[in-house]
Amino acid sequence: MEAFVTLDAVAVPLPLPNIDTDQIIPARFLSRPREVNHADFLFHDARRVAATGEQNPEFPLNREPWRAARVIVAGKNFACGSSREAAVWALFDAGFRCAIAPSFGDIFRNNGTKNGLLPVVLPAAVVEDILAQLEASPGARIFVDLPQQQVTAPDGSVHGFEIDPFAKHCMLNGLDDFGVTAAYEDDIAAFERRYGRENRI
Amino acid sequence: MSEPAGPRTLFEKIWSRHRVTEREDGQTLLYVGRHLLHDGGATAFDVLRKRGLKPRAPDRIFATPDHYVSTATRKLAEIEDPRHREMVEKLARNTAEHGIRMFGLGDPNQGIVHVVGPETGLSQPGILLVCGDSHTSTHGAVGALAFGIGSTEVAHVLATQTLWQRKPKTMRITVDGTLGPQVTGKDVILAIIAQIGAAGATEHVIEYAGNAIRGLSMEGRLTLCNMSIEAGGRAGMVAPDETTYAYLHGRPYAPQSAEWEQAVARWRELPSDEGAAFDTEVTVDGSAIRPMVTWGNSPEDALPIDAAVPDPESAADAERRAQMRRMLDYMGLTPGTKLTDIAIDRVFIGSCTNSRIEDLRAAAAVADGRKVAEGVTAWVVPGSEPVKRQAEAEGLHEVFRRAGFEWREPGCSMCLGTNGDIARPGQRVASTSNRNFMGRQGPGARTHLLSPAMAAAAAVTGRFADVRRLMGG
Repeated sequence: MEAFVTLDAVAVPLPLPNIDTDQIIPARFLSRPREVNHADFLFHDARRVAATGEQNPEFPLNREPWRAARVIVAGKNFACGSSREAAVWALFDAGFRCAIAPSFGDIFRNNGTKNGLLPVVLPAAVVEDILAQLEASPGARIFVDLPQQQVTAPDGSVHGFEIDPFAKHCMLNGLDDFGVTAAYEDDIAAFERRYGRENRI
Repeated sequence: MSEPAGPRTLFEKIWSRHRVTEREDGQTLLYVGRHLLHDGGATAFDVLRKRGLKPRAPDRIFATPDHYVSTATRKLAEIEDPRHREMVEKLARNTAEHGIRMFGLGDPNQGIVHVVGPETGLSQPGILLVCGDSHTSTHGAVGALAFGIGSTEVAHVLATQTLWQRKPKTMRITVDGTLGPQVTGKDVILAIIAQIGAAGATEHVIEYAGNAIRGLSMEGRLTLCNMSIEAGGRAGMVAPDETTYAYLHGRPYAPQSAEWEQAVARWRELPSDEGAAFDTEVTVDGSAIRPMVTWGNSPEDALPIDAAVPDPESAADAERRAQMRRMLDYMGLTPGTKLTDIAIDRVFIGSCTNSRIEDLRAAAAVADGRKVAEGVTAWVVPGSEPVKRQAEAEGLHEVFRRAGFEWREPGCSMCLGTNGDIARPGQRVASTSNRNFMGRQGPGARTHLLSPAMAAAAAVTGRFADVRRLMGG
């Protein structure tokens, strides 16, 4: 996994609640293996005019200067719905490394930290304020500091965020769970002997 | 790792029973009792292959293809899209290679993974069950702790039979009162989500309690727990009781003979202790719930059938106003239109939410002696081979066919259309599935969620209808 330490990047505002993973990547693109670049699938249908298939110039991700965005800021319950990890891959392959919202779908949040995409939860009023700044100054940048657990908004205001210490450690060092778990082999084996006796199949 | 003193919840009992170890930072390594796979999970095996790993406990893993199977045929070679066929083939290859039991196409137990688990008795009270699908919350209906995971986590569970988790918060949703006629588990969960919102249970595991929940059949509880994820919940659970034991008794993978009695004795210890504390408490008046229909693109946008399409001007804030306008535009709806005046194009009765025998009986009771309205295409997709056999033994397929419904083969089908079963742009679908998201049933398709009986009522009237009127309820 790619490590995440700090990020200074253009942020794109998507000021809507409940942006679900079906919108982030429609189901018909889910049969592709990870090796396939998923960037084109990101918001595939929302980015296009249905009748012609042309890019919809109104959609924020299609507009300059947001084409260069690496941070996405959205309304509450971002990436709710399906467990499809391809929702993270699509964002990652399109260059995104951080998503900021008042809340996330729990499964997406886990998938993000396991794939180098940092989910940052900030209070709804703060997110609303940041969204307003991004819309007022398109191309404005956000600074994300994972060691300090802080986000610096375009207006210079600094906002702390919580992150699970385990997820933070893994993201900072680009580690995945497999390596960590290997150290617990004896515990797992001992558990299995105990658990297996009363849970035969 | 010390246990909190005092009364414990159902969730805490299962959580602590599966805890291998807990780190100082709060991360807990949990042992997975049952791991279910479907045909959308090929990536996880790719991860194993790259790392040179193998499944640790193949006897704890069960698989069935559902997302990519055709609902027109049982023959693999007849799946037209090579990409879809390959997904089904990959599951067969990966499971065969590692000695994992698969209920494949043509197997008498094949079906939607969340129908197959409970139906075969693989989903049991007190176990920790995971699957790479968000609707894994379904299995909590039998008193299990069950939740969906991503494909990296699936690979980790395959390799280690464990999963790192941080302990979620607990929420108890108490539904008291008596449910009215034609008010089902589907209407209860839609009413709950409308009340608490699509993010109402984020970071929580839900336990459903109260008289109205106790009174639900196992099918109703499975529907209820299935949509916990649509309220943002990590999992949904119902404490096991006599309804649970009667449902599981004699199922192929349920404990048999002497072991059955021992298992039931253990399961009776599971319900939350008197006085156990929950982080969040919600109460819902079950007597007030009416048959529900959604109008927008989130399951929280649900209203009783006698309501009208809401007006964005009535929204509390600008964000909601903008979102409502966007949804009404996508859905092609005008504020103030009565839900019963909205005409439909298609009906889908199926999915891991509502494709079980009781669902099909309820829909067939409405369809019996009636005809699907002109211009409406109506499908019934049973959730599994056993459901299909049972329905056919009861003659339900003939009831549906006489009424003009198509009777199809088991699979996820139009719930998300990964197998190609989709609606055309602009088509309005009355659907018993779980998500009314934009594009969920195909680009531009307009999905309305409702119960099987309400879906059948929509099919025969050509618009949303109050099934209580139709059935004299």
